[in-house]
Amino acid sequence: MSPPPVAEPEVDRLPAPATLAGAGASPRHHRGGRRAAGRAAGPTLAVTYLSLLVVLPLAALVTKAFSGGWSTFWSAVSQPEAVAAFKLTLVSSLAVAAFNAVAGLVIAWVLVRDEFRGKAVVNAVIDLPFALPTIVAGLTLLTLYGPTSPFHLDVADTRWGILFALAFVTLPFSVRSVQPVLAELDRETEEAAASLGASPGRVLWRIILPSLAPAMLAGAGLAFARAIGEYGSVVLISGNLPFKTEVSSSWIFSLSQSGELGSAAAVSVVLVVIALAVLLVIGLLRRRFDMSEAVLGDGGGGRSGSWPSATWASWWSSRWGRSSTGPSSTASGRPGTR
Amino acid sequence: MGSIFYRAFQHGFGAAWDAVTTPDAVHALWLTALVVLIAVPLDTAFGVGVALILARHRFPGAWLLDAFVDLPLAVSPVVVGIALILVYGKTGWFGNWLAAHGITIIFSLPGIIMASATVALPYVVREVLPVLQEIGTDQEQAATTLGASPLTVFRRITLPSIRRSLAYGVTLTTARVIGEFGAVAVVSGLVVGRTETMTLFIQDGVENLDLVAAYAGAVILALVALGVLALVGGGRREPTTERRSPRWRSRSDPSPSDSAQPLLSTT
Repeated sequence: MSPPPVAEPEVDRLPAPATLAGAGASPRHHRGGRRAAGRAAGPTLAVTYLSLLVVLPLAALVTKAFSGGWSTFWSAVSQPEAVAAFKLTLVSSLAVAAFNAVAGLVIAWVLVRDEFRGKAVVNAVIDLPFALPTIVAGLTLLTLYGPTSPFHLDVADTRWGILFALAFVTLPFSVRSVQPVLAELDRETEEAAASLGASPGRVLWRIILPSLAPAMLAGAGLAFARAIGEYGSVVLISGNLPFKTEVSSSWIFSLSQSGELGSAAAVSVVLVVIALAVLLVIGLLRRRFDMSEAVLGDGGGGRSGSWPSATWASWWSSRWGRSSTGPSSTASGRPGTR
Repeated sequence: MGSIFYRAFQHGFGAAWDAVTTPDAVHALWLTALVVLIAVPLDTAFGVGVALILARHRFPGAWLLDAFVDLPLAVSPVVVGIALILVYGKTGWFGNWLAAHGITIIFSLPGIIMASATVALPYVVREVLPVLQEIGTDQEQAATTLGASPLTVFRRITLPSIRRSLAYGVTLTTARVIGEFGAVAVVSGLVVGRTETMTLFIQDGVENLDLVAAYAGAVILALVALGVLALVGGGRREPTTERRSPRWRSRSDPSPSDSAQPLLSTT
């Protein structure tokens, strides 16, 4: 069962794909080198592509950020305009994530528990911020809430404008995180609590929210991670006024336009580290959540949550897969009995 | 959304039409189409390949590959642009080598394509991987045992079973590539009529108060987005039932044979 020999030049240049092919081929194919060499071509290409587009650029980013030593890095991220941008970005992202966690819960609740005409359309429109190019979203917001607003609500060039833009682009995360969990929720517990005399508010607080909390937190985390990097939808409505409405990504952009790539890289690294930390926490949270779900007896459901699966594309793809598997599909078909 | 349409056409359809048929606008449209035509196939081939690797092989470092594929989603598009400049720009890691060979990447078409391909990288993998994991390798192994070459196995067995999720992945990738703004804005250099894609054209229109052009361009992209929503939202339910049925059935009948079902329907 020794791994078949692999083409030598591959081993020299890129060790990773050679290992891929070797490890992959060993358990099932015992046919020797030619096959393994052919199989190494695909992984080599894939790893090269990934290196050119993701690995090398990010390595260059980190290297550049620290190329002048720690002190250069620190002075780049601690200069007043950078700090103001960080503060604005983090505070508004946090505020929007928290607001959308509640708004998302309400919308998901309406979509799961209520029946009304046009529900399918509303359900589809929730994804609009995902599909709409960010600059078009920004232009839409500027039209509706800018100087020419039909509602006479002008938030252009203010921090409210940033909040509007971030709330718009991150709403799908909050709704789609809660929706499938809410749909799978066992209603008998709620009914039991209600029949034992619990008020609706008490049922919400003691029964429903505890089961939804992990999903709400995960949604808020995804929204936060997206919000701190958001640029396209914010750029038009915020006006990018330094110290007032300039978010970190705008600051990075203007640094790059003036050729200060070192400072831009330093600020970028901070943003990336924050986003990765948030996603890591969501991943851990999700893993724990999936385990507790298994303990409760619904073993089959979720994929195990390694941290990458917490990102939002996997969200979009997994949400229908988890929406109504197994026993709860009967419960969701039952008319509301509250 | 309605407001965009209203603004675009408030001076009449003719004005909007004129605004998007100026040479700059046509060039921006053409450039966006070109970027889609190159970046989407690259991402698709990569996505299917990586999904196959991750689904079919266990190897040390799989989690690292998985993580790196998802990384563009965690990184601000502007940061993606900066990172690309740091590798392929004039002062970047490959700057001297590229200059010596007369290749310009940053502030020209290859840079725009790379930026778009990077931000849209994860979608195909994320769509296809769960399906590959779910369908398992029984049929592929059966076909191999019966003497089918790896290519035949992929074409006749694997591809038909991932067809639908692949279509979604490609749709999402396309939507992202068309709509990408931040990363492209950093690497394009914003040369009107040369390195300006549709999204940059819209921003340019707003900055230069050429609002009719901006709104007309936005209408085009918004229509594309609505098309994407219709495609993704409309067809989404079907594969779920397909995908769900074996798992659901296996609760009462734990034999693994029911995954052979699709094979019967394809032959």
